[in-house]
Amino acid sequence: MAMTGVLRPGHAQLRVMNLEDGVRHYRDVLGMVETGRDAQGRVYLKCWDERDHSSLILREADRAGIDFFAFKVLDPATLDTLESDLRAYGLTTERFPAGELLETGERVRFEIPSGHLIELYAEKTAVGNGLQVLNPAPWTPAKENGVAPVRLDHCLLYGPNIAEVQKIFTEVLGFYLVERVLTPDGDGNAAIWMSCSHKVHDIAFVEHPEPGKLHHLSFLLETWEEVLRAADILSMNKVPLDIGPTRHGVTRGCTIYAWDPSGNRFETFMGGYQPYPDYAPTTWTFDGLGAGGGLDYPQRKLHESFLTVVS
Amino acid sequence: MSHQVLIEETGERYDCGEHESLLVAMARSGRRGIPLGCRGGGCGVCKVQVTSGDFTAGVMSRQHVSEDDQARRCVLACRVFPRADVSVKVLGKMHRAVCTAAGLGPVPASK
Ligand code: FES
Ligand SMILES: [Fe+2]
Repeated sequence: MAMTGVLRPGHAQLRVMNLEDGVRHYRDVLGMVETGRDAQGRVYLKCWDERDHSSLILREADRAGIDFFAFKVLDPATLDTLESDLRAYGLTTERFPAGELLETGERVRFEIPSGHLIELYAEKTAVGNGLQVLNPAPWTPAKENGVAPVRLDHCLLYGPNIAEVQKIFTEVLGFYLVERVLTPDGDGNAAIWMSCSHKVHDIAFVEHPEPGKLHHLSFLLETWEEVLRAADILSMNKVPLDIGPTRHGVTRGCTIYAWDPSGNRFETFMGGYQPYPDYAPTTWTFDGLGAGGGLDYPQRKLHESFLTVVS
Repeated sequence: MSHQVLIEETGERYDCGEHESLLVAMARSGRRGIPLGCRGGGCGVCKVQVTSGDFTAGVMSRQHVSEDDQARRCVLACRVFPRADVSVKVLGKMHRAVCTAAGLGPVPASK
């Protein structure tokens, strides 16, 4: 497929209740690279193999949760087009100037009916992954620092009106539905996984009465061995684990859910498959999420925390 | 040093060290149905009111614990570390989980 329009998740801004505890977690335990701090005190990090300046921004606040989740688009012209498409669809958009986030160009922000702020941007300084562009080595020592995921992969958000959210992502932003879980009565969707690429999800939503909630930010590993190593590292550092290591039936991802020191859940995972936009979406019944192994394929149970614990 | 925690609704008691949160110690004591959430004061599933006894508290989300709540010692059990024997009332999801597991009756409206 030609990669145009929305390219990939770019950055997430997360609220942490103690900045340095948050930095220690994401930099020293998860093993991300700290790339900057701004005048507001926000801390910027990236995964070792990401090329752009930052994918995670930590902001100290009196509560946990996510401020916004952003996607990088192909170029400034695409940003203008998508902005006018969003407005034509009836959404209000707001522009943030270049530099409001370090090393990041203009951003277009809009609120979706689930109560989340989503951003699009076209430019972020490419600081590189520490490897030469010509005849590079396959990895750097940063690949072995902490859990060391290769990239921010996707997020799962909880909020109301996910049917409307799905329309915005699929009809305006060019995403397609990869998998879904039906509501208990089978009439609607309780959860949706959507892709703007060849990945099983770039963003996912669960229908939930409270708006604007974060279920998890997810970071990609390359092998199952690395997921098991992540579990060891998290446990050595007394990071509270939620579920895993196990495999999701939904998306087939092999996963660990755990919490950062402020109670924001994060995932480290590998695997899945490579869907195309012409694939029919995979459907799970609501029972299938639990007893069918949608959440946890080996254990076939709906861990209670999945539907009740968010930040 | 370890202190005793009394759950008022059920009369159950358990031990909790000074560096251990009320929530983690409660789960470790083997009670069923304890909602073990984020353990970082962010998700709000573990709310209790400390009705007596000294404690120290770590930072917790204002979304779940207002200044008013905190003044009434309504706090998140995962961020509370006892300094003496304490008594607690379980609130919200904690109430439902603890009282249902103990076979106690319906849940009063609580936030
Ligand atoms: S377990 Fe999440 S706030 Fe206590
Ligand atoms: Fe995920």
